[in-house]
Amino acid sequence: MSKTVFKRPKSLKENIFHYCPGCGHSIVHRLVAEVIDEMDIRGITIGVPPAGCAVLAYNYFDVDMIEAPHGRGPAMATAIKRTLPDRVVFSYQGDGDLAAIGIAESIHAANRGENITVIFINNACYGMTGGQMAPTTMLKQRTTTSPAGRHETLDGYPINVSEIFSQLKGSTYIERCIVNSPAGVNKTKKAIKKAFQCQVDGLGFSMVEILSLCPTNWKMTTIDSCKWMDEVMSKEFPPGVFKDTIATAKKTAEAT
Amino acid sequence: MIVKTIFSGFGGQGVLMMGVSLANSAMNKGYHVTYLPAYGAEMRGGTANCTVALGDEEIASPVASEPNYLIVMNAPSLFSFQNRVTSEGVIFLNSSIIKDRPNRKDVKVFCIPCTDIAQELGNSRVANIIMMGAFIKKSGVVSPDIYLKSLESIMGSKKKSLAEVNRKAFATGFDYVKE
Amino acid sequence: MNKVLMSGNNIIAEAAIRAGCRFYAGYPITPQNELTEYMAEHMRRADAGVFIQSESEIAAINMIAGASAAGVRVMTSSSSPGISLKQEGISSMAACELPGIIVNIMRGGPGLGNILPAQGDYFQATRGGGHGDYRTIVYGPGTCQELADLTMDAFDLADKYRTPVMILADGMMGQMMEPVIFKKPKPRQYSEKFMLRGAGTGKSKFIRGLLLDPIDSEEHNWKLARKYDVITKNETLHEEHNIEDAQLVIVAYGTAARIAKGAIKRLRDQGMKVGLFRPITLWPFPELKLRALSAKIKNFLVFEMSTGQMLDDVRLALQGYANIEFHGRPGGAVPTPAELANVIARLCDKND
Repeated sequence: MSKTVFKRPKSLKENIFHYCPGCGHSIVHRLVAEVIDEMDIRGITIGVPPAGCAVLAYNYFDVDMIEAPHGRGPAMATAIKRTLPDRVVFSYQGDGDLAAIGIAESIHAANRGENITVIFINNACYGMTGGQMAPTTMLKQRTTTSPAGRHETLDGYPINVSEIFSQLKGSTYIERCIVNSPAGVNKTKKAIKKAFQCQVDGLGFSMVEILSLCPTNWKMTTIDSCKWMDEVMSKEFPPGVFKDTIATAKKTAEAT
Repeated sequence: MIVKTIFSGFGGQGVLMMGVSLANSAMNKGYHVTYLPAYGAEMRGGTANCTVALGDEEIASPVASEPNYLIVMNAPSLFSFQNRVTSEGVIFLNSSIIKDRPNRKDVKVFCIPCTDIAQELGNSRVANIIMMGAFIKKSGVVSPDIYLKSLESIMGSKKKSLAEVNRKAFATGFDYVKE
Repeated sequence: MNKVLMSGNNIIAEAAIRAGCRFYAGYPITPQNELTEYMAEHMRRADAGVFIQSESEIAAINMIAGASAAGVRVMTSSSSPGISLKQEGISSMAACELPGIIVNIMRGGPGLGNILPAQGDYFQATRGGGHGDYRTIVYGPGTCQELADLTMDAFDLADKYRTPVMILADGMMGQMMEPVIFKKPKPRQYSEKFMLRGAGTGKSKFIRGLLLDPIDSEEHNWKLARKYDVITKNETLHEEHNIEDAQLVIVAYGTAARIAKGAIKRLRDQGMKVGLFRPITLWPFPELKLRALSAKIKNFLVFEMSTGQMLDDVRLALQGYANIEFHGRPGGAVPTPAELANVIARLCDKND
């Protein structure tokens, strides 16, 4: 008898991912689905996919989902969670979605301490529209709209979302992870699980920023992409826990 | 029959309250009624005014281009609105703080020193209710009973002693103007 | 039930809560702030009611979309510039077939304009407003009583057709007080199968507007179009006032229609036979009813607090069968019944 050691998570549909080879979305989708399975929350989870490469996330996640207009995921997730407080609600957002067009919705959901989880995919470019400059594009990084490389005086600086969100009194748990190695993937899964648990325990806003690769638009091989993430991207966006007030939030929750 | 009245004064003189209390009285009497406040950027100390239209038929426009009655609690209001009053209309003015008088000859004018009377009664904030006493008596648009009942109902849960203060203020204004 | 004297803004809010609205999101803008404030005070008192002062009008409309998907009755409100911001979400709600009520207490425009009553958002409201092939049901109430009644009806229609419904009033309607009686709302009829509440042990659902396949997308567009046809057939409302012997009919809605009634009274006192045709649903526009009038009435005057927007719908309805004149006061100017009466009296002289 052989033992099953690897299978499709129950919370993923049978569909084949449309994502490019090497893309980080496929990894993160799987991690989120594994966490949903392990926590046994498939039946009470509602996901809000973004506009961007992950717009078709509802083809993959086997949970209830509603697509949000570009950047508005946290507003929708806020309302769903407030309406159905016993459900688990997450938004899945890219860097353009969260840090550009939806920065207001995202930062205010965090600041209100909405009891939702945000999965934030930072791949330093706009993937779906063809690799344009994102708010998280590195300085000197070439994209289709920064053909000479991102220049600070013309284009501004990469935005450090986790650092900013960790400063808000409303946020509870903020961690930045990276999915360019098996160790990084394992760590990311732990962070996602902690974020969902934070919500299930009713402790407030949680966000996992995930540095993710986009070999197609970076115009690199997958191996080179992983290297670039270590050598360049993670220097600007260092992985780590930026905020974790889960313990104090728990105490406050128990006291009241 | 439709009767339109404009109330105007400084913000804080209770001008909008005068309008709301009249509008409620008219509703309780069974009249059609509209109340329209002038609204703008929020500001303390600015001028405030409102228009009440009441009558036994449907009211088309809540705006009064030619009001039958004008109640002015400060001088700027008198200058703003006196020319709008319909011919044979009536102006009630707060003579405690308005030194000027309307220059029109085709309107009736009642001068009520309502701020002074209020101070004599020991509560400068009831000047508006004193004015309402005079207005209700001379206009006769609703009975004093209906007015006072309506006033009490909109003051709601506020202190009972306030109702007594208002009653007294209303009666003083009512008696100030002669038959 | 007792009559109460309330401002239009408060009436809409109270009617919504009575109709079972349990989620409201809004952002301050004059002249509709009293509506948001009333909701802040009273919504949280309602059983399981949620009030959120959102970070923007865009967030507000997307919040109500989310709550609507979660299965509750929802409302947002704003005034003209804020409604422009909401268009993204309105288009999205129409595409995703999410019921919800959007209140526009119109002010002068374009741009920031001013905060006075105006009717310059008719095109935006009735043509869809946002991108794509869709319509929103638009009510144009003319009295505070209608604000109460139509707000409740709006929730029923939104559920019945799974579509956003707009209440289009103006600063005057929002600010003025009139006596009102709240009717008993009908029980909600909305199937749970349209709600997104977690898959449980069953099959998961998704709600989306994105349809990358052109054939799927075309079919979705035609499906919406067929729904709009049914709405047009069944839900069109209008009022006729002094039409029977009229030689000239004013076409006006909302505040303008009130002013028109005042003008008609003056004109009739002078012996001029003038009537009023008042669309109550602005979309669907009561096109056929208006066209039917042209069989015996040959002179119409469209009166709007704009430079002429509903005028287009009147032209389409009358199809050249009658003469159409226009009188407009845009930008926050509120004309008097006397002014309108003078305009019409001059017109009648000309026609004689």
